[in-house]
Amino acid sequence: MIEQHIVTYREEANELLAELETSLLELEENPTDEELIGRVFRAMHTIKGSGAMFGFDEVAQFTHEVETVFDLVRNGKMTVSKLLLNLTLRARDHIKSLLDASVSGEESDRAEGEAVIAGLKQLVPSSPNEPSPPPVQSQPAPDAGAETLKTWRIRFKPCPEIFLSGTKPLGLINELRELGTCHVVAHTAGVPVLNDMNPELCYIYWDIILTTARGMDAIKDVFIFIEDDCELKVDLIDDGGTGDTDLDYKKLGDILVERGDLSPMEIQKILGLQKRFGELAVAVGAITPDKVQSALVEQQHVKNVRQERATQESTSSIRVPAEKLDLLVNLVGELVTVQAHLSQTAALHGNTDFASIAEEVERLTNDLRDTALNIRMLPIGTTFSKFKRLVRDLSQELGKEIEMETEGAETELDKTVIERLNDPLVHLIRNSIDHGIEMPDVRLAAGKPAQGTVHLGAMHSGDSVLITIRDDGAGLDKEAIRSKAVERGIIAATAELSDKEIYNLIFAPGFSTAAKVTNVSGRGVGMDVVKKAIEGLRGSIDITTAQGTGSTITLKIPLTLAIIESLLVRIGPDYFVMPLSSVEECVELTRDNIEEAHGRHLANVRGAIVPYIPLRDQFSISANRPDIEQIVITNIHGTKVGFVVDSVIGEHQTVIKSLGRMYRDIKGISGATILGDGTVALILDMGLLLQSVETLEQGGVSSAIPM
Amino acid sequence: MAKLIMTADDSASVRQMVSFTLKQNGYDVLEAVDGKDALAKLSSQKVDMLITDLNMPNVDGLGLIRGVRAGALNKFIPIIMLTTESQDGKKSEGKAAGATGWIVKPFKPEQLIAVIKKVLG
Repeated sequence: MIEQHIVTYREEANELLAELETSLLELEENPTDEELIGRVFRAMHTIKGSGAMFGFDEVAQFTHEVETVFDLVRNGKMTVSKLLLNLTLRARDHIKSLLDASVSGEESDRAEGEAVIAGLKQLVPSSPNEPSPPPVQSQPAPDAGAETLKTWRIRFKPCPEIFLSGTKPLGLINELRELGTCHVVAHTAGVPVLNDMNPELCYIYWDIILTTARGMDAIKDVFIFIEDDCELKVDLIDDGGTGDTDLDYKKLGDILVERGDLSPMEIQKILGLQKRFGELAVAVGAITPDKVQSALVEQQHVKNVRQERATQESTSSIRVPAEKLDLLVNLVGELVTVQAHLSQTAALHGNTDFASIAEEVERLTNDLRDTALNIRMLPIGTTFSKFKRLVRDLSQELGKEIEMETEGAETELDKTVIERLNDPLVHLIRNSIDHGIEMPDVRLAAGKPAQGTVHLGAMHSGDSVLITIRDDGAGLDKEAIRSKAVERGIIAATAELSDKEIYNLIFAPGFSTAAKVTNVSGRGVGMDVVKKAIEGLRGSIDITTAQGTGSTITLKIPLTLAIIESLLVRIGPDYFVMPLSSVEECVELTRDNIEEAHGRHLANVRGAIVPYIPLRDQFSISANRPDIEQIVITNIHGTKVGFVVDSVIGEHQTVIKSLGRMYRDIKGISGATILGDGTVALILDMGLLLQSVETLEQGGVSSAIPM
Repeated sequence: MAKLIMTADDSASVRQMVSFTLKQNGYDVLEAVDGKDALAKLSSQKVDMLITDLNMPNVDGLGLIRGVRAGALNKFIPIIMLTTESQDGKKSEGKAAGATGWIVKPFKPEQLIAVIKKVLG
């Protein structure tokens, strides 16, 4: 408070006290003079009111008590007595001393003040012993549970004369907007034709759907001045609880019934007509279009709110440094290994107690593993939203009109996987925008909308996530790719390739179809780098394209990098691990079978001929060959291929350990794992294994052709 | 252009405080010492808002509000009355007379500004 104001107040208070004294003395002569009583009251009132405003709380509190008594006098509930006047004069002196004390800094005589008030209270007839309200307005307490976002439906129907009280309804609505996310629908059906309209009246009312953390009180506060001058209905329509995970909100009809705009009977009648409900309700004249519109807005609003909440719930909660999670997952990995050892040992001992303990530990370990891995799962959506910016900037730079759609943003993937997906995705999206989608005029000439679309989608598929980048551009040009590949010496000019093989050429190192190097592409990052990155994630990449209508690139990425479900197999003394995701079944291979096939590596699986690769030969394992071998049938990019092993041991939780730098480039081996007894088993990459076998068989001519 | 707000109060200190608070927040201020003074000034001066005390000599707050609403020039302006918590009945009287809202005395400058922002929209 500015010193100058305090001085003014003190001067004014002193004046008022002088006036109070005179009035009190006059009142002694004319105890019933209402004018005098009014002056006394007003003097006290001003001293009190201003006192509190300028920080004279003690003055305000004390004066309030005296004022209360004089209010009774003023209202004729008390008469002016000698005793009252004596006490009031003492009160005046006390106020003066309080004011003076504030200047001199001396303590005021508190006892005197209390004595005066006690005396006054005795005078008050049948004084109700209620505590006086504090003179300083207390701040409203913050709403409990203020963090939850709740959604409210507010119908605000001001009385037509609302403008005459100086209230601006739009101001109130703007105030609501400031509370949170808001949708406002105006009902204008009541506006009369111009001739009948009185411009001083308000004919409009509003439905407001508001999502706010501020609670009912904050909403009511907005309307505090006009609660009696309007129809106000505030309903909670979504309490922000996690129970409402259903994204779909109420049906339109239910909303209208709840609002009292339609009766259930009317709804039934309209529903009998079988068309879109809203259109019907309007068509039959049961309701005005703006009411339907308003209900639709509510529907959409709540849906949005719930969607947002769903994403928030999956992203927020608790922050943990990534290293801690890595450490946890590593430890769980060790535990899984030890547990495997335990189970193995228990099986060897044949002790039932031991076995049951091992079983219990296995169950707990599995739960722990799933939980630990789950903690690292994040929705891919955060990455998606970054790309929107990329698309916007790139399309502007290139003079193209491109819109980006996303789907499945809530799909969860391991944090590390998401991070490592970023660069490949950036490259693929760039490609779509730069090479895929044509310039607007080209598109129009081809009968397509000028605006192109890049669709980015994610979805779960078994223990993998499928990520698709789809554009509606020109598609890959088969001939251009082919001639480029010949030019680069990647394939022979005479090579006969299927469409798929031609498309796959773009993954060859150093391959680029871009006629000119633009600012966007040609930065030295080719599709081969993308492919490598995806394979580094133990994922695969696949292209489908149709000339003129666009391309789709599908990435298949495992959910997590740390631990995989796998099949443990043995060849001679060596153990190998095959990712279970590509394994379809295991069948026996007998000597007779081999003879039947006349030495060719083909197996008859229920009438279907499946080629197989004897791993024993691949890895040059010379141990004795059993009479009955096993073929593990796998599905690699849609092709059935068998891998022959000595025996299948069973399913195995494989904690992946990456290989040292020396062994990193070995085709067909993606890592290693430690078995329960400490043995090392290699993890097979069946796709690459198959590929290297095929290139060997083709004599290495097209060794650079990736799958 | 800054909005012009009239403060009508017989207490010089309240007027001064209201006036100071308003000016600090970028409003222009017109002061009136009681209801009669206020009505005289408002008959020829368009303002954006009126803040009035209830207890005033000559013409009191209720009389002032009725007078403003009956006139043409400032008919639709927001009017905030200053009341005390011991005058609950006055609120409805004020409302009936045409007040837009009220602020309970004593008040802090930020409370006053909040109410002004609310009714000025």
